[in-house]
Amino acid sequence: MLTKRIIACLDVNAGRVVKGVQFQQLRDAGDPAELAAAHSQAGADEVVLLDISATHEKRATLVDTIRRTARQLFIPFTVGGGIRSLDDANAVFDAGADKISINSAALADPSLITLIAERYGSQAVVVAIDAKCINGEARFEAYVNGGRTPAGRDAVAWAQEAEERGAGEILLTSMDRDGTGAGFDCELTCACSEAVRIPVIASGGGGDTQSFVDVFQRGKADAALAASIFHFGLHRIAELKQELQSVGIPVRWPC
Amino acid sequence: MIAVVDYRAGNLTSVKKALNHLCADVVVTRDPSVVEQADKIILPGVGHFSVTVVLERSGLQTAIRRRIEQGTPFLGICVGMQWMFESSAEAPGIQGLGLFPGACGRFTENVKSPHVGWNSLTCHEGSRLLRGIPSRSFVYFAHSYSAPVAEATVARCEYGGEFSAAIEQDNLFGVQFHPEKSGPIGLKILENFCGL
Repeated sequence: MLTKRIIACLDVNAGRVVKGVQFQQLRDAGDPAELAAAHSQAGADEVVLLDISATHEKRATLVDTIRRTARQLFIPFTVGGGIRSLDDANAVFDAGADKISINSAALADPSLITLIAERYGSQAVVVAIDAKCINGEARFEAYVNGGRTPAGRDAVAWAQEAEERGAGEILLTSMDRDGTGAGFDCELTCACSEAVRIPVIASGGGGDTQSFVDVFQRGKADAALAASIFHFGLHRIAELKQELQSVGIPVRWPC
Repeated sequence: MIAVVDYRAGNLTSVKKALNHLCADVVVTRDPSVVEQADKIILPGVGHFSVTVVLERSGLQTAIRRRIEQGTPFLGICVGMQWMFESSAEAPGIQGLGLFPGACGRFTENVKSPHVGWNSLTCHEGSRLLRGIPSRSFVYFAHSYSAPVAEATVARCEYGGEFSAAIEQDNLFGVQFHPEKSGPIGLKILENFCGL
């Protein structure tokens, strides 16, 4: 049976893993290569490295960080942040990424999705969507530039377009929940998951075991991504997986 | 020397990295004469069934066929395994190698496609490729088309129906999943192939 994936995310700024609350207040959480290996050992099904400084600051260290992180990682490895062209994607794949994640650049020029998918296959193209609830209604708007700018697009409609253009997965982050540990946005996740045929990775708000149970059952997520709760030892992935298994959610355990 | 065949379809870094980790002597090549000298051949697969046309045009297909007939161990990964069958619904009219009977098909409408993530294997007895790999081991898949269960199938997987997760006959081996991305289980499978 296809299992639900638990994905560890490394938010990287200038070669170091950091984690903020609602995209602000960054804390240092360690070395990307060491943390990626530790997460893999602990039972993570995948590792995502997001260069959160990329859009605004220099990203010269990124390729080196990817290379070091990929070297000892034998589970799927996704890299995102600041990828604006096929050339950027080439460099990231060449350094050892299995998939790239694109966000702002895809909204600015959706044909980039198709361009990268034709070269590397759809399975290698993840479209990341940062979504924010509009006025407390069940409608969600996509944001760009690390959550700084509203894109004027409905998040679910954008996910559908991304699928049509060749995206292999959607990485859907609730900006309202990001870093709070208050639970994933199941409404957002479910709306997106039912609107597309490709896998949806829920992100933002992961906290206790129940939050993961909810996003898989009510949110119909195919995978759930979290960062700070894993880095700071609040929730070991192995324990989380055993607890999910005990309530009947299929997970890769033992690994 | 293990030749990893580069047919300009996607990313071979991960396969090479995993083989290097196992201390294998690996060459990534698109040169038929290098394939002719290889002790083992790996055809990785990411991308579309139709890109295998490149193999035919470049002379790589002839070299691969010749080495296979001489008994050289050959491993097809993902689309590389699908190419060992006769054809695929992904690219009607394009011929596979036809080493195994049948055509690769799309997943049924009642499951999401592509099939992405970790799924479990049901292993058959006696496989050399899967030596030491117990049934219910998890491996990583990423594909939209799959090969039917055939006589040479050595591991099955279930996703909207059963399909061939691994196939083996004499010097021919194929895996639908990505051993280079399947953690210690995947590395063990690659190690088994390297040790043939």
